[in-house]
Amino acid sequence: MEAFLSSLVSVAFHGLAYGMILYAISVGLSVTMGLMGFVNLAHGVFAMAGGYLMITLMLAFGLPWLPALLASCLIVAVFSMLLEKALYSRLYAAGELEQVLFTIGLIFIAVAVARLAYGPNPLAAPLPSYLKGQLSLGGRSFPAYRVAVIATSALLIATLWIGLERTRWGAMVRAAVDNRAMAQSVGIDTARLFTLTFALGSGLAALGGALGADLMAMTPTYPFEQLVYFLIVVAIGGLGSLRGPFVGALLIGIGDTACKYWVPELGAFFVYVATIALLLWKPAGLFGRHV
Amino acid sequence: MYSAPARLRPLEALPWLLAIAVYFAAPSYLPLGAYVFIMILFTLSLDLVVGYGGIVTLGHSAYFGFGAYTAGILAVRLNGDPLLGLAAAALAAGLLGLATGAVILRTRALTLLMLTLAITSIVLEIASSATALTNGSDGLHSVPVDPVLGRFAFDLFGTTAYFYCLAVVLACWTLVRSLVNSPFGAALVGSRENDARMHAIGAPVYARRLQAYSISCALAGMAGALLTQTTQFAGLSTLGFELSGEGLVMLVLGGVGRLYGAFVGPTVYIVARDYLARQTPEYWYMGIGVLLVLIVLFARGGILGLVDVLVNRLRAKRS
Amino acid sequence: MRMLKRLAVLAALALISAGAAAQTVKIGLINTYSGPMASNGDQIQKAVDLYMKLNESRLPNGVKIEIIKRDDTGINPETAKRLAQELIVREKVNLITGVVWTPNAAAIAPLTKEAKVPFIIMNAGTAMLTTLSPYIARTSFTLWQSSYPMGEWAAKKFKTAYIAVADYGPGHDAQEAFTKSFKAGGGTIVGSVRMPPPTSDFAPYLQRVKDAKPDALFVFVPAGKSATALMKGFGDLGLGQAGIKLIGPGDITTDEELPNMGDVPVGVVTMFHYSAAGERPANKTFVAEYKKTYGDKAWPNFISVGAWDAMAAIYDVVIAQKGKLDPDKTMALLKGWKNPNSPRGPISIDPATRDIVQNEYVREVRKVGDHLANVELETIKSVKDPWKEINDKK
Repeated sequence: MEAFLSSLVSVAFHGLAYGMILYAISVGLSVTMGLMGFVNLAHGVFAMAGGYLMITLMLAFGLPWLPALLASCLIVAVFSMLLEKALYSRLYAAGELEQVLFTIGLIFIAVAVARLAYGPNPLAAPLPSYLKGQLSLGGRSFPAYRVAVIATSALLIATLWIGLERTRWGAMVRAAVDNRAMAQSVGIDTARLFTLTFALGSGLAALGGALGADLMAMTPTYPFEQLVYFLIVVAIGGLGSLRGPFVGALLIGIGDTACKYWVPELGAFFVYVATIALLLWKPAGLFGRHV
Repeated sequence: MYSAPARLRPLEALPWLLAIAVYFAAPSYLPLGAYVFIMILFTLSLDLVVGYGGIVTLGHSAYFGFGAYTAGILAVRLNGDPLLGLAAAALAAGLLGLATGAVILRTRALTLLMLTLAITSIVLEIASSATALTNGSDGLHSVPVDPVLGRFAFDLFGTTAYFYCLAVVLACWTLVRSLVNSPFGAALVGSRENDARMHAIGAPVYARRLQAYSISCALAGMAGALLTQTTQFAGLSTLGFELSGEGLVMLVLGGVGRLYGAFVGPTVYIVARDYLARQTPEYWYMGIGVLLVLIVLFARGGILGLVDVLVNRLRAKRS
Repeated sequence: MRMLKRLAVLAALALISAGAAAQTVKIGLINTYSGPMASNGDQIQKAVDLYMKLNESRLPNGVKIEIIKRDDTGINPETAKRLAQELIVREKVNLITGVVWTPNAAAIAPLTKEAKVPFIIMNAGTAMLTTLSPYIARTSFTLWQSSYPMGEWAAKKFKTAYIAVADYGPGHDAQEAFTKSFKAGGGTIVGSVRMPPPTSDFAPYLQRVKDAKPDALFVFVPAGKSATALMKGFGDLGLGQAGIKLIGPGDITTDEELPNMGDVPVGVVTMFHYSAAGERPANKTFVAEYKKTYGDKAWPNFISVGAWDAMAAIYDVVIAQKGKLDPDKTMALLKGWKNPNSPRGPISIDPATRDIVQNEYVREVRKVGDHLANVELETIKSVKDPWKEINDKK
């Protein structure tokens, strides 16, 4: 019994760490898809950019871990704002298929650029010594880095939720998700709102990518490899909500970990079977309103 | 609105004449040509569901790969006749399409997209773990393939493969063309354009879409079988969602819902990739990426859409 | 008159260059240049370029070697087969080489038999590959070659072992080989798990191993980012502190990935045919030249040395035939080809199986100066592929 409880704690812990990173990356995708109706398959590019930038800032500019993490998140957010103004905004009115083609094109370009800049080998994030090794909590030892991941993400999620519930900007976003035309007619500058929200989503993705760089190694093809997981989290969570992808990410994170631990033979099936079951039960996702 | 089986226009002979011309002009490109035909068939099957049915899927490789493995396993275990393998693959993939389509076609948009993605991933995992049948991740290699019609053996130069694929594409194209020009096709397009109205006039929307989906899956399965037979190999990469995505890219590149987009897209995509990969094997992604972005920014409706615009402009100038 | 002389000289020159052009040996190199696995292709290309740069003078006058590169984009057997077909039909290559992945090599194999084109495998390591065509020779390794002696060695040191391997061909080979020899030596396997190859987070699997408390954990995962991720998990979960020794074939501590792994791998014992830290003079020169060309941070690894020796074999058969390659003669030359001075020690091609015969080294990861290295401790001489020995395959 004690052994079982002990393994339950490990599964919950590892699943939580994985789920938190998935959430940080995917939440931006959920919001942009819900708010702008834009199918941005290239979302993982921002996560990759965050990871690579953090590594560069640490290795080439000697920045410590936390400042590098925040700086890479900011840089990606600003860059994505330019990208939104220059390219994405032209395609809001275009069809779903064109958006898919366009964002796949962007992934291709990003993959080539990353390969040119960083080479084909995976890069590992150089962690500070206080994040390496084990941390003792309540008589058990936990990997320090994963504890940091969970703590940082929890902080981030709290800020985000308070921001969206309590601020004027949050109210505008929620209004625009619910009814864009109405929001426009009451004088909300939706174009500006879109740009800012897009930047926020990309910045969060960058943060997630950088935080997760130690768990999901940075390679030039990162945006392709991780795409399916981001999409699954968004789909089972439901578009345009903050809570949805959170539950979705935890479900995938913990479920996947549990499956690998107890029934590794079925490890690869779990995510997909769970996705199918959930979507057949709730086609709009757990917290989705729009179908 | 529709006119009963549309008459063949002279321009529609162009792809087939070009295919014959390639044989004489560039005989060393036949293996690449056969591959282009296979992808044309796959893209054509996608056009039926995406372009005409309005069903956006990222899971069509499930049927492509299922067909590829059906043909491969049949040849290894029982009989290596290519036409038999082709028929078996079409039947197997069609049935899989019927079974899965019956479930997923009840949903829409992102939900449907994710369901198709999950299905192809599950089929991939099954193929990867059923090593006794599929040889797992090593793939079924050295698949024995008999001569076509007992006479034309698959040769090193790819001549038989080229004409075999060409003939299958021609037959499938005829079928799809008559389908989309029939009342069936009209009902399909109707439900794509306005679902509610089709329901209102009492059209069996779900049944039509499911039929179209199953036929499309059968075609995709045949494309997969062609790949197995021309390469004597069936592997897990035929089931990856990357292939579905690539097919979709080729279709949108050529032009969706117009039958010939499925011819133009794969040809341009594969030839461009082949060329770029020979120039810079490490960075061909860049060229393809720029091509896709430019097409979306400046040529909505794909290459054929661009052609339309140019032709219209020319006509406007003349008049 | 002068004019005539000039014309004569020009004509002579033209004749000579035409003669020389006729002796250009075309080599098709099928390799992974793009996609998620491109890092392996990069190692191959760098070794090929380096070999050609350093050995240009070895070729007889007028003989040139032209490499025609093709990108198979990863585990993509259909593409690899088509590329091989095009290389044979369109480019009329004399020999095909490269190929990182087993499925790709398996798809190409029947073509080499049909077209009689020699095919030298630079990397793909599933044991059965060389049995698929009489025109295949291999300069890399098989998983059996390292995992089988690893089991023999481990049985002397440990009582119990847990096996964790990537769930695909080479992983299955490693598992089978290790199990066979470890059990034969009196060891007990307390558990095993197969992990899907794209795994990036090994924590759940490793937690399982930690709870089972074996003496040793035998692991095979593909070299590169999987191995690094595995090492991370091993350190994060404190398996080392829990007294579990990590062992495996050398794929899990390849030389170019060690700098990415932190201090976790210190003490890991592996069995392999190549370490960049090998003390042989030939290896010292090889590593020095490699670093001179690709920068001080670059490390050659087992893939590099597989490609390097393939090029050495290719140069030898080209020189022996003065640039006019005959497929059967080439194969005859390759059977029994020897290189006493490869960076990995003496190697040869087994005439019976056309597979590589090489030394295996027991290595331990240690800190050497400011970096980690696979330090060679013991040598097991001239190991043939045990799978073919045991199953009597040719």
